[in-house]
Amino acid sequence: MDHGPAVKLAKDNASGIKSKLGVVLFIVYLLIYSGFVAINTVSPKTMGATVFAGLNLAVVYGFGLIILAIVMGLIYNAICTSLENKLNKPENEVAK
Amino acid sequence: MTYTPSAIAITIFIFFVVFVVGLSKFMSKKASSAEGYFAAGGQIHWGVNGIAFAGDYLSAASFLGICGMIAFQGYDGFLYSIGYLAGWVVALFVVAEPMKRLGKYTFTDALDSKFNSKGIQFMAAVSTLIVSMCYLIPQMVGAGVLVEPLLGFPHWVGVTMVGVIVIFIVATAGMASTTYVQFLKGGLLIVFSTVLVICLLKAGLKTTPSKDYHKPEVITAAIADGKVAMPAKSKSKLKVMAQYKQGKQTFVKLVNEKGINSWWHLIDRNGKPELEEAESVTTQTAGPALYNGEPKEAGKFYPVGYMSKIMLDGKEVQETGSLSPFKFLTTIENSVIVRYAKIPEAISDGGDKVKIWYPNPTPGSKIMRPGLKFKVEDGDWLSKVNFISLMLSLFFGTAALPHILIRYYTVPSQKDARKSTIVAIVAIGFFYILTLFMGLGAMTYGVLDLQSSNMSAPLLAKYFGVTLFSIISAIAFATVLGTVSGLIVAASGAVAHDLMDNFFNIQLTDRAKVKAGKITAVVVGLIAIFLGIAFKGMNVSFLVGWAFAVAASANLPAILMLLFWKKTTAKGIAASIFVGMVSSVGIILISPSMWARYGLNPADAPSPLDNPGIISIPLSFIVLVVVSLFTQKPGKAPEAEANVEVEATA
Repeated sequence: MDHGPAVKLAKDNASGIKSKLGVVLFIVYLLIYSGFVAINTVSPKTMGATVFAGLNLAVVYGFGLIILAIVMGLIYNAICTSLENKLNKPENEVAK
Repeated sequence: MTYTPSAIAITIFIFFVVFVVGLSKFMSKKASSAEGYFAAGGQIHWGVNGIAFAGDYLSAASFLGICGMIAFQGYDGFLYSIGYLAGWVVALFVVAEPMKRLGKYTFTDALDSKFNSKGIQFMAAVSTLIVSMCYLIPQMVGAGVLVEPLLGFPHWVGVTMVGVIVIFIVATAGMASTTYVQFLKGGLLIVFSTVLVICLLKAGLKTTPSKDYHKPEVITAAIADGKVAMPAKSKSKLKVMAQYKQGKQTFVKLVNEKGINSWWHLIDRNGKPELEEAESVTTQTAGPALYNGEPKEAGKFYPVGYMSKIMLDGKEVQETGSLSPFKFLTTIENSVIVRYAKIPEAISDGGDKVKIWYPNPTPGSKIMRPGLKFKVEDGDWLSKVNFISLMLSLFFGTAALPHILIRYYTVPSQKDARKSTIVAIVAIGFFYILTLFMGLGAMTYGVLDLQSSNMSAPLLAKYFGVTLFSIISAIAFATVLGTVSGLIVAASGAVAHDLMDNFFNIQLTDRAKVKAGKITAVVVGLIAIFLGIAFKGMNVSFLVGWAFAVAASANLPAILMLLFWKKTTAKGIAASIFVGMVSSVGIILISPSMWARYGLNPADAPSPLDNPGIISIPLSFIVLVVVSLFTQKPGKAPEAEANVEVEATA
């Protein structure tokens, strides 16, 4: 069998908690995305309602999903980095 | 439309090709080992990898296809942008780090990391090849679309050129050169798309896009006994030759004093009949096709799309001047845009077949919300199911695309995999916001080619000058090169690493594995050329939707269940990939769109669904669960992710 990472990786004690955090954030985003698809499907006219700065719900929700992905990604990275710094000892960091 | 290649365009194009070929040659030394060839040595910086992700992902579908779809069908095209971007959330939160941790060169490695299963190795490799092929077709179609206006060559030449260049890139330096081509192209695409949008916002909106823009003429008509005629007192030298009804619309063929035919749409304005000039392409039984009654070279097949009424801050204006991004969008929403509708079926006029596009003034409020493409507002339940199916596939497809997943093996650590995904989300998200502006700009600037929605963004750039058009077109061409290179690397890995090395257990030396990868690259490149020619004319984003559906159905259930369900077995994964692959491809092959492609009536297609995701994704999950439950080994510890987590490394 010729699997496994191509480069040698050190142990990551934060892996479990990062994974759980990722799943929680994924579910949150999935619910918000599902809401978007649901409104588009069930009540597309609602998407034409003006909601912010003259923009309609379709544009605000659409842009919002894109911006939310970026914001959640940055938050996720900040928490993961903090966890890695806290839980991984220096000697266990990347061994190249 | 007729296109005239410019010297600037040719110069930029040649410069870019020479640069890419030189870069590949330079990088070739770094690709002499399997690790160098398939994973660029695993030492790419996360920032570079993030932009390369964007370069890999922002394919012809994103740039040409989405902008074209927005230009022709408004907000519905932007739904693709949203779905494509949302899929990256799955990649970041669920897939990125485990993929890096478990795999070596291909995503099959990750799936098979705990099983060493021939079934997984074979199925995942075949799935990689099929998804890559589905994704390759629209890229090659996009290449053909671009080369015609850029260099003046026909579609097939463009497809062949891309194929040859990409084969060279991949066969010389594999992932090493592919990474930097994608990095370069991703960066340029975002920068120059931003420049284009700034030009657009600075110019604002106008009812007359340019002084030489051809607005459709309107003439008074008379109707007697249901027959359209020219009014008795009319000074017009046009004569009515024929009239046809299609649905609720009536089209009239007129001839002028020179004997040139033209087609007109009968409209009712305040109770009076009028004829509005339409655009037509006549396929003659004998002789060349006629565009608005004349040969193509006459240039009478006009670019279209303009605003008939602009409402700015509650007042009707002829032009707006510079607009802020929000003001641009709200102004379009409050105004009226003249789009062009295509008749469902060509009219048989004698022995000739006539395709007609007629002006269709549309309120901005309808353009800026869903409904013009996806019939979610006035369509039946099936239209809604098709829409949900597409959005499902886009969301779950990204994190299952083999050519995206292999980029995780080019960085040194899990942390780098995560960071590069975030860079990708920022870059791709920003670009997708720009697509809405570029698409709407193209819709209102009188630049649209009715026969090629894919050309909308480059033609918008042409409005602002040949230089910007040439740069944008060359970047779009580079876009194809970057994505196709990634796809071919993924296919190479599937054949040389997954099939030859792992599945067939052929003991290849490092050099032999690289050689096998290069030969595969050549073969896949040749197949891609053939398919790119065969699928000419289809919207590239629409085609990519299928690739996402196959990836989401065949690969994602396996990836997610491996990571999160302890009872997942090797047989469950293999069966899930097989069923996801066969069901999604099968539904596509019997879909209405493919039926039309076969020359059959789409209404007779066995499957009413154009996108299979809503059936094939759940089916793949169910099969994995059922087969896994039936193939548990008694008394043995769970095989999957529980173990993976314990051994997690960063």
